[in-house]
Amino acid sequence: MFLWLSAALVYCFLYVPLVIVVLFSFNDSRLNAEWVGFTWKWYGKLLHNREMLAAAMNSLVIATVSAGAATLLGTLAGIAMHHYRLRLLPLLVLAPIAMPEILMGVSLLVLFIMVNMTLGLVSVMLAHITFSIGFVALSVQARISSMDPALVEAARDLGASPWRCFREITLPLLMPGILAGGLMAFTLSIDDFVITFFTAGVGSSTLPLQIYSMVKIAVTPEVNAVSTLLMLLTLVVITVASRLSPTLFRAQ
Amino acid sequence: MEILDLLEIVDVSRRFDAFLALDRVSLQIEAGEFFTLLGPSGCGKTTLLRLIAGFDQADGGDILLDGKSIIATPPEYRPLHTIFQNYALFPHMTVAENIAFPLRMAGCAKKEIQSRVGEALENVRLPDKAGKYPDSLSGGQKQRIAIARALVNRPRLLLLDEPLSALDAKLSEQMQLELINLQKDIGITFIYVTHDQSEALALSHRIAVMDHGRIAQVDAPSRLYGYPNSRFVADFIGKCNVLAGHVREQQGDCVTVELDGLGPVHVCRSETNFGVGSRCALTLRPEKIRIGRFSSIPGASDTMTSMSVADTVSPLGDESHFTGYVHDLLYLGDVTVYNVTLSNGILLETLLANSASGRTNFFEVGDRVEVAWSCDAGHLVLD
Ligand SMILES: Nc1ncnc2c1ncn2[C@@H]1O[C@H](COP(=O)(O)OP(=O)(O)O)[C@@H](O)[C@H]1O
Ligand SMILES: [Mg+2]
Repeated sequence: MFLWLSAALVYCFLYVPLVIVVLFSFNDSRLNAEWVGFTWKWYGKLLHNREMLAAAMNSLVIATVSAGAATLLGTLAGIAMHHYRLRLLPLLVLAPIAMPEILMGVSLLVLFIMVNMTLGLVSVMLAHITFSIGFVALSVQARISSMDPALVEAARDLGASPWRCFREITLPLLMPGILAGGLMAFTLSIDDFVITFFTAGVGSSTLPLQIYSMVKIAVTPEVNAVSTLLMLLTLVVITVASRLSPTLFRAQ
Repeated sequence: MEILDLLEIVDVSRRFDAFLALDRVSLQIEAGEFFTLLGPSGCGKTTLLRLIAGFDQADGGDILLDGKSIIATPPEYRPLHTIFQNYALFPHMTVAENIAFPLRMAGCAKKEIQSRVGEALENVRLPDKAGKYPDSLSGGQKQRIAIARALVNRPRLLLLDEPLSALDAKLSEQMQLELINLQKDIGITFIYVTHDQSEALALSHRIAVMDHGRIAQVDAPSRLYGYPNSRFVADFIGKCNVLAGHVREQQGDCVTVELDGLGPVHVCRSETNFGVGSRCALTLRPEKIRIGRFSSIPGASDTMTSMSVADTVSPLGDESHFTGYVHDLLYLGDVTVYNVTLSNGILLETLLANSASGRTNFFEVGDRVEVAWSCDAGHLVLD
């Protein structure tokens, strides 16, 4: 009984603020104080907010490119981790997952400054790729290790060269794991604040950064609206990913 | 005309770290043969099959197909296919796509693929499953599809690794008959792996019995059963009594063996020449031992004497006789197994058919009985 009660409290604590944000994004009042009436107008206003649109565009571009690159590299890493009993590779790939974000952010910033790289979209993408690879690799590896090794041998046995075997058997069977990892990388990139904060430059502000800069002045209903949209996107992508690869989400 | 060996395995060894999984294995397998690798779990059967298929590399020795070494040939270029223990059907392809796979890899034209897949499905009597995915098939159906896929482009050899072990007893028996007929019909050489001796005896033309990575004996089923060359083979194939002793005398092919604790017995047509004094063991199948009611005064036993051969053991010419007690019995319907304790404490397994009408168990536990076997019933092995 006590356990149930405390669990309920914890969940309230987690979700009540989110629910409030969503509710007030539809509130017909400038103030986040009391419910006045339902409106879509804050969402309409978002569409005319130049800065917000630019940030959203940046976020999408960064998330798409970094998720794509992380998917490719993470898939290769996941396959390598399965095939060769390597010790160092898993450590290198998985360390960014466990490392405090602030540490990653600072160290990447130091690196970019050292190599004289202008901070901008590219530096943010590189940073996002770095921390996303591990998630894709984990997802792919989980999928491979649940795959019957006899399938690959059967394909070779029936006349497939190693490359055709990879293309016709391994890759299609890994696809759910690869897609799940890619979607995971996409949401991580869209939602990331800390690392982006350190590695973004002028004109490469993303949605989370934009929200932060607006909140510094006041939590306006527009912030609520954009947060709600971001939440919705994340929720959809994560749901799809968890359908594709249940093991990835159990492993975490 | 000399029969050419299709597949020759020459002194093949395979080592996993310190563990010798295959120890200088040599075998010759003829074209058109149903050849079985039989042995307890872990004796190296799968390891040998994987070397033949090309999934694994030998540490020594050679494998020849039609006289040409294939040891360095990758699996996709070896004209042989494998039926895996769990069938290894591709889960993301339909049944038809699975069967088409080897044809597609071989670069067949679309039209030809279509007609040959249809034909293959007819042959395994599952033409309506073409568009189904493997997950929706039963164990027996998966097996048939795996066979169809492996045979569709006519390999020289088919390797089968315990293909029936995942099926229930009844289905397994039915599949055994199908396999025998299939092999006879298409005439492709089968190399079959199993740990089940009755399966091996039923299916094979020849069997290689394996033990700890070595070949213990290669022979036809009836030879293996009747003339095992070691205690291991005798024990492994069928049920067998093994009585230890030593050779006391040999005249021609008639040997007198002094059995430990039992005394001398004659063994004729022994096909052995061990030399006087050598340790040996008499292997004796339960069904070759006759069991009867003990009668200290011949002819004085009750009316049952005339009813069945089982009631008393009539003394024959060159026969070995011992007395003992029924230790326990196992009624199996068609036969009853009687374990008889002999005077030296040895337990002898005997078999009696329950063929006489209305009769079931002839003896009870504790009955005093006589056992006997003729001099050509047993077979000697070195011990
Ligand atoms: N890849 C491997 N690494 C280490 N040991 C192996 C490997 N494959 C097989 N073995 C060992 O070799 C022995 C024979 O295995 P296997 O050929 O599978 O036996 P069987 O098929 O007769 O049951 C076993 O003891 C097994 O543990
Ligand atoms: Mg095996």
